[in-house]
Amino acid sequence: MAKLTYAQAIRQVIEQEMKRDDKVFVMGEDVEKLGGVFGTTRDLYKEFGTDRIRNTPISESAIVGTALGAACAGMRPIAELMYWDFAFVCADQIFNQMAKTRYVFGGNAKIPMVLRSQQGTGRGNAATHSQSLESIFMHIPGLKVVCPATPADAAGLLRTAIRDDNPVCFFEHKALYITKGEVPDDPEFMIPFGKADIKREGTDVTLVTNLLYVNRCLEAAEELAKEGISVEVIDPRTLVPFDYDTVAASVKKTGRLVVVHEAHKNNGWGAQVITEITNRDFRDLDAAPIHLGAKACPLPFNPGLEAAVIPSIKEIVDACKATMYR
Amino acid sequence: MIDKERGLWIYNKMNEIRDFEETAWTLFTENKLRGSVHLYTGEEAVAASVCSQLTNEDYIASTHRGHGHCIAKGAELDKALAELMGKATGYCKGRSGSMHIADFSKGNLGANAIVGGGIPIATGGGLAIKMQGKPNVSVAFFGDGASNQGTFHESINLAAVWKLPVIYICENNQFGMTVPVEQSTSVKNISDRAAGYGIVGETVDGNDVEAVYEAFARAKKRAVAGEGPTLLECKTYRWRGHWTGDPEVYRSREDVEWWKENKDPIKLFRAYLLKKKLATKKELDEIEAAAADKMAKAVNFAENSPEPDPAHVLDDVFCEG
Repeated sequence: MAKLTYAQAIRQVIEQEMKRDDKVFVMGEDVEKLGGVFGTTRDLYKEFGTDRIRNTPISESAIVGTALGAACAGMRPIAELMYWDFAFVCADQIFNQMAKTRYVFGGNAKIPMVLRSQQGTGRGNAATHSQSLESIFMHIPGLKVVCPATPADAAGLLRTAIRDDNPVCFFEHKALYITKGEVPDDPEFMIPFGKADIKREGTDVTLVTNLLYVNRCLEAAEELAKEGISVEVIDPRTLVPFDYDTVAASVKKTGRLVVVHEAHKNNGWGAQVITEITNRDFRDLDAAPIHLGAKACPLPFNPGLEAAVIPSIKEIVDACKATMYR
Repeated sequence: MIDKERGLWIYNKMNEIRDFEETAWTLFTENKLRGSVHLYTGEEAVAASVCSQLTNEDYIASTHRGHGHCIAKGAELDKALAELMGKATGYCKGRSGSMHIADFSKGNLGANAIVGGGIPIATGGGLAIKMQGKPNVSVAFFGDGASNQGTFHESINLAAVWKLPVIYICENNQFGMTVPVEQSTSVKNISDRAAGYGIVGETVDGNDVEAVYEAFARAKKRAVAGEGPTLLECKTYRWRGHWTGDPEVYRSREDVEWWKENKDPIKLFRAYLLKKKLATKKELDEIEAAAADKMAKAVNFAENSPEPDPAHVLDDVFCEG
């Protein structure tokens, strides 16, 4: 075990996987000397050369499409977009090409590629650099969607992503890069997709969340504990595949469900979780589930305005209490 | 130089493509085909001349008008037609129809229903070839319309910077759906745009097998030598409408007839082979008859193939294991 930041954990896995398999390479904007805006590939070019740590032009469609073509032709690219918001610049290559290639070609193609980027609020990047977009990727069949909240999860899930023979969209959060945690040194440490993690056990309310909101929900749970409410915090870790079983088992115990994400509430993935759990286990519920997400407004620059759009810890606390009729 | 063996190969592929396309047209008019079907009739010289210089280790990415490229790159007529008819025996198990035929085992990274969608994918094939140190090339086929897409610019610039072994082949058939190229495109020759990327560009008569063949041979030589990509524009003309239901309000019957009469690439190449004494009339007649026979068998195969089983509709969204 070593104490690493989320960014260091990602960098370590990329390094180990590139050592293990010479088909693995990185391509993206500013990944070489800068090592990416958040340092996730820092100095790797010194070890692997600029052939395998490949600076690209600012051409998102070419980044994704070229990675896709290289994956079809036997490589295992890790392509990086600087912000997930830029996925809209290359939406065709992601949603029409990368997601569908295997299926439309009758299952003949393997697409072993990872598309990494970061998202979310917290750094004053405003409307086109702060969105949380994972729900959109969950909507389109053919993409695996991964959202690590801790350094260890980032490490274990990224290794699984790199070794997966499918296109994986890997959602990092910009405010998490500097967070620290224990990460196993084992170069075979992997976390399977579709396995939720119970970040805190509890008996009264099931609180499902991801990315930055894992920490915020843990804070909310701490406050609620002071009021005698025991909250179970579950991080699905991957949205595709989604571990509904773990959530359903928790709801069976608590009878109450709150889903919180930084992604916009409208059609956000929380709605899907609530639908699924309600349909599966309606009789287990003692209260109507509650869904919290960013309000229907572009994300503003000013910190106070930004905070007003995304769910606050108080809103999370209040939602949990509401399911307890308190 | 086109030798006898290569010449007969090309002539055969051109005939297979022509037969396939005209059969598809007939089947469509008989309501046996549905969906979006874009025919390549009249453009056969490009696919056949280019693919005659490729092996299964070379890649192509194709377009919505992709039957010709797929057949030239080794697709079998029967499995291709079965896919057009949505049958279980088709290349894509009936999931994809006309616009997504692929055979990865032949180095075909797929037809692509999005205009310009395949250009970056072919570029990635070139990147893989370069990183793996292989002596191969990757070919992006696309039309004049796609040359106005962002993927065209992004991909060619990236391939030029990285000196990738990719050959960008613009089949300028003079219309982007119904819009004449001069109404949509700022340059007279699309290959002029090569200068903007610092690469070699060339425009040739796309109905002239020898011209396409020689220009592609030069491009391939540069690519394999590590000199990077080429933009090769092949000016041609599609005999059919943009799609099978096109009312063709944007051109005259006389124009179409002129191209059929004077610029039929198969007729022209037949004359070339005879003039150069690369083939006898008998040999060429036999090739034509064999292609027609193969096509008839393909129709029989496709018509008698089973429908795909809906029980398997969810298979292959992901690769398991």
